[in-house]
Amino acid sequence: MRYVIPLGAFIVLVAFLAIGLGLDPRYVPSPLIDKPLPNFELPELGTRHSRITTADLAGKPRLLNVWASWCVACRVEHPLLLDLAKSGKAAIVGLNYKDAHDDALAWLKQHGDPYERTVFDEHGSLGLDLGVYGVPETFVIDRHGVIRYKQVGPITDGALASVIMPMLEQLAGDK
Amino acid sequence: MNRSLQTLFVFALFTLGVLAADTPVTFESPADRERYDTLLEELRCLVCQNQSLSDSHAELAQDLRDQVYAMIMDGKDNAAIADFMVARYGDFVLYKPPVKSSTWLLWFGPLLMLVLALAVVAIFARGRIQDPQPLSDEERRRVQSLIKSDLGQRK
Repeated sequence: MRYVIPLGAFIVLVAFLAIGLGLDPRYVPSPLIDKPLPNFELPELGTRHSRITTADLAGKPRLLNVWASWCVACRVEHPLLLDLAKSGKAAIVGLNYKDAHDDALAWLKQHGDPYERTVFDEHGSLGLDLGVYGVPETFVIDRHGVIRYKQVGPITDGALASVIMPMLEQLAGDK
Repeated sequence: MNRSLQTLFVFALFTLGVLAADTPVTFESPADRERYDTLLEELRCLVCQNQSLSDSHAELAQDLRDQVYAMIMDGKDNAAIADFMVARYGDFVLYKPPVKSSTWLLWFGPLLMLVLALAVVAIFARGRIQDPQPLSDEERRRVQSLIKSDLGQRK
C-alpha cells in the first residue's frame, strides 16, 4: 500500500516522457492554416518574363511544394512528387526558394519536373510570408487559394496516405 | 604558452563566434539600436530552436534579422514587428508567449505544481504531528509497573 503513491507518480512521469519522445520538436504549428495565400507576384522559373501571382494558384486544389537545388531532403521526397504528378492525383506548383536560376533549372533537368509551374523566389520573400523554415515544405491549397495544411520536411508515405490525399480528394469534391 | 594565456585564447575563440552571428548594422539613434538588440534576443530562430535570432547562425535567422532591421528603419514599433513574426511563424517565435487558453498550462503549470507539492507536504506533515492517543488506565498501570521493574533490575 505504501508503494502506491510513488509508483503512481512514476507511471505518470513515464507517460509524459513517452508522449514527449513521440513528438517532433521541429514541428511548429503554422498560424497560416485556413488563411488565404499571401499576395505575391514573382517570376516563373524557366521563363524570361512570365510572372506568377496569387490569383494563378486559385481555381482548383493544389500542392505548393517549397524546394531548392541546395536542399538535400528535397531529393528524398522528389520521386514521390514525380509519382503524384505522373498519375494525375495531384496538381503541384513549385516554389523555388532562395536558389540560383540556373542551378534550379539544372536540378529539375536532372531529377525530373513534377511541377505545373514553378515560382522563382530568389530572395525568399514569399518564403518569409509563408513562414518557411525547413525546406522542403508542402502546402495544401484549396480552390479559393486558402492554405489548408502544411507539411514541414519531406512528405512521408504516412502523411500522404493519412492526411494529404484524403484532404485533396475532399477539396476536389468541395465547391 | 602559460596557462592564463591559454585560457584567454580559448575565451577569445568564443568571442569570435558571438561577433560572427551578427552582421554589423547602423542605426539613426541609439534607441533604435537598443530596440534591435532587444528584439533579436526576444525572437526565437526556428531552425536552431533553442537559440535567439541574435545567437543563431542559420540562414533563416539572418533573413529575419534583416527583416527586423528593415522594419525598425521603416519606423515600425516593437508590437508591429512581433505581430509580423507571429503571423508567419506562430507564437513559437516569441520567447515570451502571450497568455491565452493554449498557453495557460505553460504559464500557470509551475504554480500548479507548487500548489500540488505544498498540498502533498501538508497532508504528510499532518499525519506525522498528530497527537498520540492518550493512554488508557490499563496502559498507564503497565507503564508504571514496567518502569518500576526496570529500576528494580538496575539496582
